[in-house]
Amino acid sequence: MHLILFIVFAVLCLTGAINLLLQTHPINSALSLIVVMTSLAVLYLLLGAEFLAAAQVIVYAGAIMVLFTFVVMLLNAGREERTLGSRAARTVGFPAVVAILAVIATTILRVQGLGTAGMQDHITSTADLSAVLFTKLLLPFEVTSVLILIAILGSVALARHGDGERPDSN
Amino acid sequence: MLFCLGIVGFLIKRNLITMFMSIELMLNAVNLSFVTFAHQWHEVKGQIFVFFVMMVAAAEAAVGLAIIIAVFRARATLAVDRIDLMKL
Repeated sequence: MHLILFIVFAVLCLTGAINLLLQTHPINSALSLIVVMTSLAVLYLLLGAEFLAAAQVIVYAGAIMVLFTFVVMLLNAGREERTLGSRAARTVGFPAVVAILAVIATTILRVQGLGTAGMQDHITSTADLSAVLFTKLLLPFEVTSVLILIAILGSVALARHGDGERPDSN
Repeated sequence: MLFCLGIVGFLIKRNLITMFMSIELMLNAVNLSFVTFAHQWHEVKGQIFVFFVMMVAAAEAAVGLAIIIAVFRARATLAVDRIDLMKL
């Protein structure tokens, strides 16, 4: 049962990712990215990470993708023009991608005992997660809140800057 | 396992907001590998790291999209090939 669920959602995830690349319209790419995020949440659930599955749906499929679709609609982004890309991307980029793929694959295959652990045999509950998060890792947690505050201020400053410039240029 | 997702994430070198989406895809691939190995070795810290990656990704998405809006206001285009000058 778990294996079937895993295969179904892994295939869904990969097809969503491939579809993201093949689509020329940004809104279609955003929608297929939502498919990828949601199926990843199911995969997290299968791997026993229930809190992360919820956080994935809320943060990624909710907040970030709403932001993406909002920007796509706001900018009225049209169909992407087909370009061949730069020569450097073709000569260096694609061999680099193949090399990275090979390195990752060999590293993972060398790890012993992969795939032998059954699904759902070890569920990390939210209580366990938060016990470590709020005792040992409290300082990084608080620092992240400062980071998010800085990010909010930065994005507001960027948006306001563009707004204030427009009367000057006109 | 399905780390092919990371490869798919790396493969996406195309112009537009799509580039930004592919960055998110790469972050997700890394998150998935974190969760997988945390599950494999019964570690909680892997999942906590994924939590931090999610928060940083949210901040990064907000700032990146603000930058995209600023660039669009200055250039009125989203094609990367047209945005080849540092001067706005």
